[in-house]
Amino acid sequence: MITVCPTSSLPPGEAIRVPAEEPIAVFNVDGEFFAIDDTCTHQDASLADGWLEGCTIECPLHASCFDLRTGKPSGPPAKVAVRTHQVVVADGMIHVQVSAAAEGAA
Amino acid sequence: MTGTIAVVGASLAGLSAARALRERGHAGRIVVIGDEVHAPYDRPPLSKEFLAGTATIDDLALVSPDDEALDLEWRLGSRAVGLERQSRSVRLADGGEVRADGVVLATGARARRLPGSDGLPGVHVLRTLDDAVALRADLAVSGRLVVIGAGFIGAEVASTARQLGLDVTVVETQPVPLAGPLGGELGAVCAELHADHGTRLLTGTGVAGLVGTDRVEAVELTDGTRLPAEVVVVGIGALPNTEWLAGSGVALGNGVLTDEGCATNVPGVVAVGDCAAAWSVPAGRNVRVEHWTHALEQPATAAATLLGGAPPVRCPVPYFWSDQYGARIQFAGSRREGDVPRLVEGDFADRSFLVVYERDGAPVAVLGMNQPRLFTRWRRQLRSAVPAA
Repeated sequence: MITVCPTSSLPPGEAIRVPAEEPIAVFNVDGEFFAIDDTCTHQDASLADGWLEGCTIECPLHASCFDLRTGKPSGPPAKVAVRTHQVVVADGMIHVQVSAAAEGAA
Repeated sequence: MTGTIAVVGASLAGLSAARALRERGHAGRIVVIGDEVHAPYDRPPLSKEFLAGTATIDDLALVSPDDEALDLEWRLGSRAVGLERQSRSVRLADGGEVRADGVVLATGARARRLPGSDGLPGVHVLRTLDDAVALRADLAVSGRLVVIGAGFIGAEVASTARQLGLDVTVVETQPVPLAGPLGGELGAVCAELHADHGTRLLTGTGVAGLVGTDRVEAVELTDGTRLPAEVVVVGIGALPNTEWLAGSGVALGNGVLTDEGCATNVPGVVAVGDCAAAWSVPAGRNVRVEHWTHALEQPATAAATLLGGAPPVRCPVPYFWSDQYGARIQFAGSRREGDVPRLVEGDFADRSFLVVYERDGAPVAVLGMNQPRLFTRWRRQLRSAVPAA
């Protein structure tokens, strides 16, 4: 479990990049928190720097879109999903339970 | 509409149109006609990762397994040669015909060629996957490249070729590259990337012709200079693929002319992407746009027009990017001559900055180099500045 920040530090519409072996991006969508892998599966770019619209994050570089709920790409050019991670809020702090590496991944 | 819709063009705009038609509930047949034999692929990497050999053909594929559910009928390797207005049938080069109730014109654009350069080995344009495969093979066995045209394609090819170790010269007719899209001051700033990475940039210099009989040997400039070259890439813009519509009754100008909703003058026929010149209220004229994001987003509007329904609420801000020499250049908004660029972050010399273009004191466009986070914020802000339709 990674402790990210107080909920008050991540207002709605904002994102934060969490350094880790595989960096993670945490988003606040109207009070609901979502966590996914931060690195776009298309090319090296930080999704936390992207354009958040509803539950869709658009990569800041090449406009690939991902659904924060499933991690699935919802717009090209990305074709591979990002991992999603469970977010736990306790005592006003945001924590992320990092998922296992994707199936079949090395 | 429950009948057949023919989508003529199987690249990003055509595929996006097919997806949008299904998303909006079209349950009838969708036939996608493409002149290339390849399934839809992503073109931006052709001048970059694919040319460099770090991306494969599979990496470029735009169709994902989820698209199986779209149940599209593909006619690839079939060039459309005519449109019959009354019956809305698309005639194909192989003699076939697709009769449709609705037609989406998405035939894109093709690279402009240098007059007299056709068929001379070593001379390339870069638009298609086949172009990129041929160029890549030539770059691998060549030492000297001359790029004609310092636009985005030319700059990206130069960048990739430098990365591959070639000696590269870029020739540009205009005094400043990219002055059209970025304005003179910022065009000059972005063009400095060439010198940073050992590419020679010659500006204000026209090309008189190519030298060589069996194979290109040099590029001759209007001032008489001869630039030796084993490979030449011509990157001087693109022309809309609309000749096949001549005589169809579809109104043509610089592209297929449409209204704001992508409707042509022929009922049941819409046009999208690089081949289309849609009416622009702010510009007060038809505007043809060649950006990737435009080809991605505009078809949703065309699908609404064709099927009847509310157009998409999202009002996109024009956006494009260019990756050169490891630098990420991003631009959003609508810049006109006379708009005033203002540096709001970073430093030109550091190759990391953000510039906002202002008109009457209000931001109308934004340019970033290696500033994706800040750029995205400004891009979003520009969008909220656009009045709701």
